[in-house]
Amino acid sequence: MSKSLSLPLDAGVAEKATPKAGRVRIAQRLSGLAGLSRIASPLVLLLLWELASRLGWLPTRIIAAPSAIVGTFAEMVWSGELPSHMLVSLARIAKGLSISIFTGTALALIAGLSRRGEIIVDSPLQMLRTLPFLALVPLFILWFGIGETPKIALIAFGTVFPIYLNLYSGIRSIDVKLIEAGISLGLTRAELIVHVILPGALPSFLVGLRYSLGISWLSLVAVEQINATAGLGYLVNSARDFMRTDIIVVCLLVYSLLGLFTDFLVRTIERHALAWRPSFLRS
Amino acid sequence: MTPFERVDLNKADLEQADPSNADLARAVHGKADLNKTPPAGKALAVTARNVVKAFGERKVLDGLSLDIAPGEFVALLGRSGCGKTTLLRALVGIDAITSGTLSMPPVRAAVFQEPRLMLWKRAWRNVALGVRKPDVQQLALKALAEVGLAERAHAWPATLSGGEAQRVALARALVREPQLLLLDEPFAALDALTRIRMHQLILTLWQAHLPAVLLVTHDVDEALLLADRILVMADGKVAAEISNAGARPRHIDDPQLQEKRRQLLALLGVEEKPTYAAYVAQQGAQLDALHAAQLEARRDAEAQLQTETQPENHSETQRIRVAA
Repeated sequence: MSKSLSLPLDAGVAEKATPKAGRVRIAQRLSGLAGLSRIASPLVLLLLWELASRLGWLPTRIIAAPSAIVGTFAEMVWSGELPSHMLVSLARIAKGLSISIFTGTALALIAGLSRRGEIIVDSPLQMLRTLPFLALVPLFILWFGIGETPKIALIAFGTVFPIYLNLYSGIRSIDVKLIEAGISLGLTRAELIVHVILPGALPSFLVGLRYSLGISWLSLVAVEQINATAGLGYLVNSARDFMRTDIIVVCLLVYSLLGLFTDFLVRTIERHALAWRPSFLRS
Repeated sequence: MTPFERVDLNKADLEQADPSNADLARAVHGKADLNKTPPAGKALAVTARNVVKAFGERKVLDGLSLDIAPGEFVALLGRSGCGKTTLLRALVGIDAITSGTLSMPPVRAAVFQEPRLMLWKRAWRNVALGVRKPDVQQLALKALAEVGLAERAHAWPATLSGGEAQRVALARALVREPQLLLLDEPFAALDALTRIRMHQLILTLWQAHLPAVLLVTHDVDEALLLADRILVMADGKVAAEISNAGARPRHIDDPQLQEKRRQLLALLGVEEKPTYAAYVAQQGAQLDALHAAQLEARRDAEAQLQTETQPENHSETQRIRVAA
């Protein structure tokens, strides 16, 4: 019985499926074309830029030709100049961010877990948060000199607020019932923090981390103008002195690539650390 | 009679009156009884004496006294706001009491209405959370197997169904081998079929591990099916107590349980809902009465009309006769 019934059913399904699949394929092809046309416009602009440079309408003093920029980029990578400066910059960011993650987490725990802590920590931080931190450069130079310390300190200062604010609100929004469950399971305060509070606030923390990474690149540009002898900011500054617009553009490109890379990094962390979230589980 | 008046019956009297109903009637002892020191030699799982818990002016627990023997299954009924959950929270150790004495075993575990799992830990890690014994993973897997969830041990809590999540919560309580298991309406959020299965599971687990159990519930039938003893709470005290030590498995249509059910509902101040047949009968009687009244009214009216029009009628017939 099932055979005689299932045959026409299957046939019907097959008939329906073919045009649908065809339509899907066409749609894919169309979206591929749309993707191409999206690239086409910037490509044309690039070509126009190259043409203008070759014809002398755009002098190198204003901006170098795209081909020259690519050449410089390749040369700087090859010679190891760009990687070494990048490493110096990355190290500064890593140091500044680790300080701000550590202090931001500690402060958020103090303010998030006790009323007294909130009174002591939160209001001064909310006041400092409104300072445009780049305006602190002169003060930091007076305090820390012109070596590495003010650079790292300024990155740390600029990035601590997003981490603190997001983690603090994440801790405050944890379901009290989970904390009670933790207490009923006999967890100590430290265990509660490690197993319940911090993992529960992790999504908020990662939002803060993304903001902080963005700010860290921004502050890098500023701090590397303080008497730096290495780093991307130093490269840009010295290129300006020699009117090397190609190097300046290469550095700008590197900044944006590094921004993309760190965003990708945080997203990868999210995918692994937040694998338990219903939204991730469904996808 | 106020809904929560203590039934001041003497246990001996009741047993004498109807020995077959001894356990049903072994009801209701008041504070005077409990204020005596607990029987020596037999340590109780829970002893509460004159427990008061006040939130500002309001006393949610107001001189509560209570004993639970080791391995005893006690259900706690009461209308919302009577202090059930407050008592449970005090026993869990989440809240401190304002005054009185409360003693409970050191190893306790609780299951709440919501599973309260840490979403960021896989099922077995939730079970193992806070267990300070060697080979925690093995213990957790064993507990999960006991609640029938061995194959879900590595699942994220967000992928579990309501019943499964609640069973993980149960495994998390059991793995601690508690001397006192506190259940705060653990089946309230489950569908009817899952609830029945959970009832069977909880009885099996209780008989296997024999912790003292305090089950807080709104459901009179649940209390009757599961517990050895049912306490009714009102105004922050234990207002009444009904023994329910019948053999298991139990069926709610057992006449003894039905009798206790009526008692409990009366103690809770709930009028038992009329059955459909009773409703139909009542409506029918009302309709009959209405019809009878209408019939009577019509008869009266006709009779009146007849007396008023009689002479005229009479002459008319006469006229017809004349015509004929």
